[in-house]
Formats: sequence, C-alpha cells, structure tokens
Amino acid sequence: MTLVSAERPLVPRNNLRDLLGATIVLLVGVGCYFVFPDNLAFLTMLLSTALLVMSLDLVTGVGGVATLGHAFIYGAGAYAAGIASVNGVSDPLVLLLIGAAAGTVAGVVSGALILKGHGLSQLVISIALVQLASEGVNKASSITGGSDGLSGLTIGPLFGAFEFDLWGRTAFWLALAIVIVVAIILRRVIRSPFGMICRGIHRDRIRVRAMGATIFLPLLKMYAIAGFVAGLGGALQAVATQVVGLDSISFTTSAEALVMLIFGGTGSVFGALVGTFVFMWFEHVVSAASPFHWLILVGILLIGVVLFAPKGLYGLVAGLLDRRGA
Amino acid sequence: MILFLNILSDAFVYGMVLFTISVGLSLAMGLMKIVNLAHGAFAMIGGYIASFMTQEQALPYALAVVVAVLGAMLIAVPLERLLYRRIYGTSELTQVLMTIGITFVIIGVANYIFGPTLKTIPLPETLRRNVDLGFRTMASHRVFVAFCGAAVAVGLWYVIERTAFGVKLRAAVENEKIAASLGIRTSVIFSLSFALATGLAAFGGVIGAELLPIEPYYALTYMVMLLVVVCVGGAGSIGGALTACLILGFVDTLARYLLPSYGAFFFYAAVILIVLVFPNGLFGRKASQ
Repeated sequence: MTLVSAERPLVPRNNLRDLLGATIVLLVGVGCYFVFPDNLAFLTMLLSTALLVMSLDLVTGVGGVATLGHAFIYGAGAYAAGIASVNGVSDPLVLLLIGAAAGTVAGVVSGALILKGHGLSQLVISIALVQLASEGVNKASSITGGSDGLSGLTIGPLFGAFEFDLWGRTAFWLALAIVIVVAIILRRVIRSPFGMICRGIHRDRIRVRAMGATIFLPLLKMYAIAGFVAGLGGALQAVATQVVGLDSISFTTSAEALVMLIFGGTGSVFGALVGTFVFMWFEHVVSAASPFHWLILVGILLIGVVLFAPKGLYGLVAGLLDRRGA
Repeated sequence: MILFLNILSDAFVYGMVLFTISVGLSLAMGLMKIVNLAHGAFAMIGGYIASFMTQEQALPYALAVVVAVLGAMLIAVPLERLLYRRIYGTSELTQVLMTIGITFVIIGVANYIFGPTLKTIPLPETLRRNVDLGFRTMASHRVFVAFCGAAVAVGLWYVIERTAFGVKLRAAVENEKIAASLGIRTSVIFSLSFALATGLAAFGGVIGAELLPIEPYYALTYMVMLLVVVCVGGAGSIGGALTACLILGFVDTLARYLLPSYGAFFFYAAVILIVLVFPNGLFGRKASQ
C-alpha cells in the first residue's frame, strides 16, 4: 500500500513489461508451431483454456471472488457459438463475437448470483450453477446434442481467405493472436482505476466501502469483462475443434482452471498464462502414461504451491526479478 | 400414496447416509473453520479398508467397520498435524486448493495400492434380509443405515453439548487463546475433533457403500454433494446438517422417481434457491464477514 505514491514512475516500466510479455508469448507460440507441428490441435486447446484461466483470474485473482463454477461462462460461449454455427452462421469471427456476447450475459448472470453470497456460500452457488447448467444442457439434447456433444459445425474461412485446415494451422494462429491481444488489454484493465478498485475490494472491502465506493457494481462489471473473455475462449474452442462437449461446461473444467491459475499465480495475466501452459503440458505428457500417477503428481504440486509458493510460479519468478531490479 | 411413501422412505435412508458422511465435515467447517474438500476422500479410505478387510482378510462385517474407522483416523491425524494445521484461518481459496491436492493424492495412492476397480463390501446375512415396513418391504441394511444415522446424530450432540471434551472444543473454537490460557490444550482438541470428523466420514462411507458405491473417483464424485449439503444446512450445526440432508435427499429422490431424465437438475436448483434465501445455511450462525 505504501507503494501507491511511487506508482507514477512505474507506468513506462509497465508498458515495457506488456511488450516484453507479449513478445515472449509470441515467441513461445511461434516456437511451438515449428517444434510441435503435429500438436497444433492441442496447442489451440491450450490457448482457448488460457482465455478461461485469464478470465477466472479477473474475478478470483483480482476481485477475490471464490468460484468453482467458472466453466459455466466458458461453456455458454462454446454452446452459443456451436448452436449458431449449426443453424447456418459460418463466419468464424461472427461466431467468436456471438460466443463472447453469450459469455458476457452468462458472466453477468453468474456474477449477480455468486456475489450475493460470501465465502462458502459463494463457492456453493458457483458449483450449483455450473452443475445446473450442465444438467440443463444435457437435458436439452435436441438443441445441444446432450451427452453426445454438439457436432457438425461448419466453419467458413477466416477473412474469407484462410480455410480451417485439417492440421489446425489457421485455428492456431487465430488463437495465438486473440490470446496476445486479450492479455495486453487485460493487463491494462487491471492497472486502470477500475482495476484498482477491484483489487482494493479484494484486499479490504470495509475500507473500500468507507471510501464511499460500492462493492457490488465494480465486481459485477469485472464479471461482465471476465464473461466476455471466457465466452471468447469457449467460442474459440468450438470454432477450432468443431465440436462442443458437455465437459466444456463442467465442474471438473472449472476446478482445473482454478488449479492452473493457482499454479501460475493469481492476480496477474502472465501468471494465468504460465499456469495454463505448464499445467496442460504436464497433463498432456504424464496423464497419457497413467491417470493415477498424474493425480498424485498434481496433488503434491498443489500442496507444495500452497505451502511454499503462495504466489505461484509467475509470482516466484517476478519476485526474483523485482529483487534484482531494486 | 404407496408411491409417495416409497419415495419418502427411500429419501429418508438416502438422507441419513448423506448425513452420516457429511456431519463430520459440518463439524470441521463450523467449529474449525476449514473447508475440507478431502472429507469424501476419508470416506473413500474407510470404504477401501473395509472392502480389503472383508474380501482379502475375511474379517466379519462389524469388525471391518471398526478397523476402517480407526484406519481412517490413523491416517487423518498426521495429515492434520502436518498439513491442515497450516491452513487454519487462511482464505477459503487456499483451503480449497490444499484439500483438493490432498484429495488427488489420496485417490492416486489408494488406486495405486488397491487397484482401480469398484470395491464391494459384502454384507452379513442379517443385513441382507428384507424387513416388512407395513406398506412395503425394505432391505434390512437400509433400516440399519437409517438407525446408524440417527445414532450418530444423538451421539454427536451428546459429545459436543454434554461432555467435558465438548465444552473444551466449544471453548477452543470461541476463543483459542483464552481457552489455551485456561489450560485447555487446544492443538490436542483440534487433532481429536479432526480425527472424530474423519472417523465419522469413514463410518458413513462404509455403511453407505450400498447406496454410494466405493469407486476409484468416489472422493471427487461426492465432493460437491458433501460441500453443498453442509453449506445448505449451515456449517457447524448438527440439526442443520440433518435437515439439509433430509430436504436435499427428498428433492433428489423425488426427482429421480418422477423426472429421471432431468438428473440432478432440480437438486441444484433447490440448492441455489436455499443458499440465496439463507446465505448462512438453514441453521447456520451468522458468519462474521
């Protein structure tokens, strides 16, 4: 808190970090493209999950809302895009916008409900919401495909020129571009006065209230932004894989997103990216060998992160860098 | 009418199983302020031990139940000392993550040792008979389960409200420092109550195995259900947990009888409704924010 007065000289450094971070993400992305050309579908999936985790970071890491039901929003985006596509919309960008819009609505709805509770009841409302949605989607199988999932999406070429090919090149580049743009915008949102209020609510809501600010509205607004991002992620997944499954709107996906966020570190966009990247690579490699070994490994890592690195991987690295810089 | 009575009696049994497993969690969450998502994992440990004891060691059912409860408690105490103790008083998020981690490790280790198959716990002859309830016949095992649930409720109430241990526990919860200065060894009290909570979980897991089968992902499957039940009832309240289990057990059973294709839809709709109307749970104390 004493650092607030020193905020001004930090601004150019923040811009530098934005640029540096974006460049690193771009380089890693390009590197992965050339090193793992056969895994592009997986990498695209990873990028779309990164959008979900970044969105979760906005409400959990920045706003301090405990939720285990964030996939409700992701799934809303995925199913909105999927249903629109089955009903004749084929332009990928329009589909992404539809998904993001649906995500925004879902974000506002879940925010309005979840923010009514606090602590434990917040968690339970969020879980109940995603479970309810999942059962609802399963039941409405004539529209959503039920437990078989929604398939038969037809996606037109991007900008009318780039086909979504069998190797997933177009989808990968599209996903990478979206993730980088969203990451930079979100970093600015978090730094803005509005983001500051949300962080303040997270730290000490009584003081924020004493300052004369409301608690509910900023967080709801944050939920709307988070909804846009997660909906975009869901739609991206639908466009890239051309199927939408029930797992996109499940408790498991919500919990996994939270785990990834904590691995990377809450409260910073790059933390969310690092967490998603590391977690999903590990999962990709280890769980293929044995699902139970994978569970033990993740469990131990989780306990270790809580005990020894409460700020996550990115927090650990950023802490070291800051110490050197100071 | 007969249908309604059938639903009601099934719902009652189901609610009692839920209650037996979740009351320990309610205790831990209300008294020790810890969101323990690994609670179901301890029920699973109990089930695995009981299955191993009856199937491989040919122990009688009653003895296997005792061994399972003691075994789960033995595993729980060092975990409480080493891991849980560090997250008392931290945010819900930290507790959720730590206990999800513990759950993952327990699932992984249990299945590594005992193999990833469905575990059955064969019932003794007396529990396999049918009992005539007047309007229907029911497996005597289900009646036994309902009685166990009621016994747990009464026993636990007695321990907390009427024994010296209960007084010390409530004192330690109310104000740990003052309780300690009065000579109460609070860390021992917390360890004991944690062991009690896990013991109850294991007990519920074993006797409820016919209704909630012991499978490799048991701990994850019922994790949400247990948390929901405790929150709806109000953490820390035995009566609240009992009411919540009976209400939610009824909603779930009713929906499964009448509208099976909707799955758990109405269950979760009821949960959201109740939590919105009673944010501290049906019988919960007003939480300090």
